[in-house]
Amino acid sequence: MSFINYASREINCKIVYYGPGLCGKTTNLQYIYNKTAEGSKGKMISLATETERTLFFDFLPLALGEIRGFKTRFHLYTVPGQVFYDASRKLILKGVDGVVFVADSQEERFDANIESLENLRDNLEEQGFDIEKIPFVIQYNKRDLPNACDLEELSKALNPRRVPEFEACAPTGEGVFETLKAVAKLVLNDLKKGG
Amino acid sequence: MLSSQSSLVMYDEEYQKIMILIERLLRESNAKVIFLVDKDGQLIAATGETENLDTTSLASLTAGNIAATGGLAKLIGEKEFSILFHEGEKDNIHLSIVGGRVILVVIFDQRSSLGLVRLRVKKASNELAVILEDLVRKTQDQHSEFQASPFSEITDDDIDNLFN
Ligand SMILES: Nc1nc2c(ncn2[C@@H]2O[C@H](COP(=O)(O)OP(=O)(O)OP(=O)(O)O)[C@@H](O)[C@H]2O)c(=O)[nH]1
Ligand SMILES: [Mg+2]
Repeated sequence: MSFINYASREINCKIVYYGPGLCGKTTNLQYIYNKTAEGSKGKMISLATETERTLFFDFLPLALGEIRGFKTRFHLYTVPGQVFYDASRKLILKGVDGVVFVADSQEERFDANIESLENLRDNLEEQGFDIEKIPFVIQYNKRDLPNACDLEELSKALNPRRVPEFEACAPTGEGVFETLKAVAKLVLNDLKKGG
Repeated sequence: MLSSQSSLVMYDEEYQKIMILIERLLRESNAKVIFLVDKDGQLIAATGETENLDTTSLASLTAGNIAATGGLAKLIGEKEFSILFHEGEKDNIHLSIVGGRVILVVIFDQRSSLGLVRLRVKKASNELAVILEDLVRKTQDQHSEFQASPFSEITDDDIDNLFN
């Protein structure tokens, strides 16, 4: 749920990175953080376990610039991907404006992707959102690995709706900003319709 | 209250009213910092010694904190915990939910006390709830007007420029 502040002339939007455990959600945010100019980003907060698995969420505030005199801010969140953190995932989805589904391209994670996408659909529904309508993009991450699935096969299984989709390798940044830009665009276009 | 999918909108008039109210609460409760956060983690207003404070992070963690304890509440059959208090060595944080939707955060030290903060927050909350209700009504009334707001003219170029 975006926040439009006429007093300070700001728009704030919330984008959530979703996907199975270890698919690279946190790595996406870390790359964005590292490549964003000092003045355009806030502190990145990671509530993680000792082993760097996301425990509750990662949070990265970005101030991208102005549109029609309004400062445009995006608050990026990741959810914990591990199956048993479902209660936390539901909380992070509250008030979401756009979702990035990060898929793990590795063959052995094929089922985990499908399960996580189903879980996203259910949790969105619980918050009153329709996955068919919400601004939504898909990223096929870990394309650099030798055991990566065929792209077409992944797309067929995960993207029947034909939302914007991107290949990525989050640690090197390939596809990372393309993904963010695409979801931001959908969110702003949604705002334009008065949503 | 607003449905979960509609935008929260803040106008000048209500913003001024909110600022006056939290500035008064700051004085009357001898607090260090007061801020107001949407349950989704958006900072609405802040006053007091905020210069060295990362208010954006604070807002997000506050919302996370309320969300997590709200989840706990539901598990034990409570609706929510409407007041939370965190005690530190020097500074303390008092969190309360106002109007079901907004979190009022008061940070205070030994110059104040939990009793005083509680008392003042209670009074301010009622007034704040009224302002927030007005805001919701206004947002709904102006929703058709809002369609004609600057955002209706956003172009793909505007969006592309954001990323350059
Ligand atoms: N080879 C390769 N490794 C990646 C890629 N993306 C992420 N990784 C690695 O995968 C591991 C897990 O990445 P994270 O970003 O922590 O995964 P996550 O999705 O946040 O995981 P959870 O927090 O448990 O949900 C890290 O060691 C990353 O370096 C990629 O595109 N290619
Ligand atoms: Mg993570």
